[in-house]
Amino acid sequence: MTAPAATASKTAPAAVAPTTALGVRNLCKAFGGLRVTCDVTLDVAPGERRLIIGPNGAGKTTLFNLITGEVTPDSGTVILNGEDITRVPSRRRAHLGLARTYQIITLFARDTILRNVTLALLGLSPLRWDPFVALDRQHHLVDTARAALARVGLEHIAERPLAQTSYGERRRVEIAMALAQNPRVLLLDEPFAGLSIDERADVHKLLLAIPRDVTMVMIEHNMDVALEFAERITLLHFGEVIVEGSRAEVVADPRTREVYLGH
Amino acid sequence: MNPIALRRGAIGVALLLLITLPMWIGSAYYVNIASQILLFAVLALALNVLVGYGGLVSLGHAGLFAIAGYTAALLLEAGHGHLVADLAAIVVTLLAAAVFGVLSLRTTGIGFLMITLALGQIVWGVAYRWQSLTHGDNGVNVSGRPAPFGISLSTATSFYFATLVVFLAAVAAMALFVRSPFGASLRGTRDQARRMNALGYNVWLIRFVAFLFSGFWSGVAGLLYMYYTQFVSPQVAALQASAEALLMVISGGSATLLGPIVGAAIVVVMKNVVSAYIERWNMVLGIIFVLIITFMPEGLVPGSVRLARLGWRNLRRRSGAAARLEEPAS
Repeated sequence: MTAPAATASKTAPAAVAPTTALGVRNLCKAFGGLRVTCDVTLDVAPGERRLIIGPNGAGKTTLFNLITGEVTPDSGTVILNGEDITRVPSRRRAHLGLARTYQIITLFARDTILRNVTLALLGLSPLRWDPFVALDRQHHLVDTARAALARVGLEHIAERPLAQTSYGERRRVEIAMALAQNPRVLLLDEPFAGLSIDERADVHKLLLAIPRDVTMVMIEHNMDVALEFAERITLLHFGEVIVEGSRAEVVADPRTREVYLGH
Repeated sequence: MNPIALRRGAIGVALLLLITLPMWIGSAYYVNIASQILLFAVLALALNVLVGYGGLVSLGHAGLFAIAGYTAALLLEAGHGHLVADLAAIVVTLLAAAVFGVLSLRTTGIGFLMITLALGQIVWGVAYRWQSLTHGDNGVNVSGRPAPFGISLSTATSFYFATLVVFLAAVAAMALFVRSPFGASLRGTRDQARRMNALGYNVWLIRFVAFLFSGFWSGVAGLLYMYYTQFVSPQVAALQASAEALLMVISGGSATLLGPIVGAAIVVVMKNVVSAYIERWNMVLGIIFVLIITFMPEGLVPGSVRLARLGWRNLRRRSGAAARLEEPAS
């Protein structure tokens, strides 16, 4: 077990160190005969804004699921802040500073917006096991949840049941829940999907306001907003990294035009 | 009207009615029916933790209910005191709930239901067939009820009050649980298990702890029932008993505090009172459930609240329309 780790550190001593907030090494995953992730290697620097693009079925969301541990890889490693978390259960990864949003909105429909965000905070608090106190009276939790909602501009409707909110508002609740956890690495899975132009501008502004101590990786198809966000871009196709580089490099690359942007 | 004051008033009236019940209800027979309603309400509240707040439909809770009754009854028969027998019964029920939980929480949904059903049937099978231990169909007789703090529980009224105290403790525990962070965690695992996991919650452990909590109160209810009838038989562990407990929760309204209590009242009254007048009381019970599910699929308590709100709104709209019609004339 120690031998491969030793060679890895010899060949790339600095790569795993603090220069990488999120690292993925030779990650593979197949569902039956379908190889959805093939030998993917990524290094995302602290504070970086990384965009992941690729046609439908390229394995983008699966890559996120592998990073968060919701899907177990067949081989390869996932590294968070220099620590190998491949074997860490997915629920523990939230405690290590990894948060994500979902492409298909995954919220608590019976609860209010505020309760949704409070649950995100409670997940990292030992209070979540407490059966004796009233959750609504945990003012520090509720106030922090309100502050997270203020960041996404939803504090005025905090008490509204989620079922009575618009799609755009729900997208922002998704982001508020992830931000409330104060993550070091934030994975955004198509945060602009299904939004109107105005809503897109709101979410875009909100993402730009996230401080640099948060590393962000985003999957997005909306090129007008996504390209402005990205510093580096990774293009996936059939589970493999086809092109990776700075924004200008990837956009100019002929392979990007071929498999993704079109002519 | 202030809704909080209204709520407090309603709770006060309900408490007063429950405390004075033996005085106005007439005969000891009805006091006993009331005791039965309260003790089955404890079982329904316990089951509601899993069914209502956890989204885990169990068909094996009569097994836990019976394990508590059998453990205490057999220890009493062996000559142990009430305190030892009752404490042992709770411990054994918790252990059984832990085993039930470990085995059944491998899945949710139909899988969970089938495993709990099978586990409940195993308890029934042991009670029925392991004759050297349980006396099979003959059951176990218990001579006498305990006398906590020197108060004899042998009369219907004194037993009713003891049951009422336990019932109120169960309701208080449930009220606390529902509002607590742990209650919110459990409801979260019901609504979005995957999200809860990604948010850092241990979904399995939350469900397991909820199973123990539910098992504890099922055991308490089982003890009460054993002392109520002073007898346990395999019937207590039968599938029908589990199904009735589930009907109490669903007909009254799962994931509410009042629903399982109302459901317990309906089932117990049907079984005991209506059966005295109508031979086919099971059919009446069936028709009532069909009506509830048809008109109030969410259960009697939330359904009534919804219909009352709807009626109130219509009434206001109509009176508002009438006022507008009268305006030009005046």
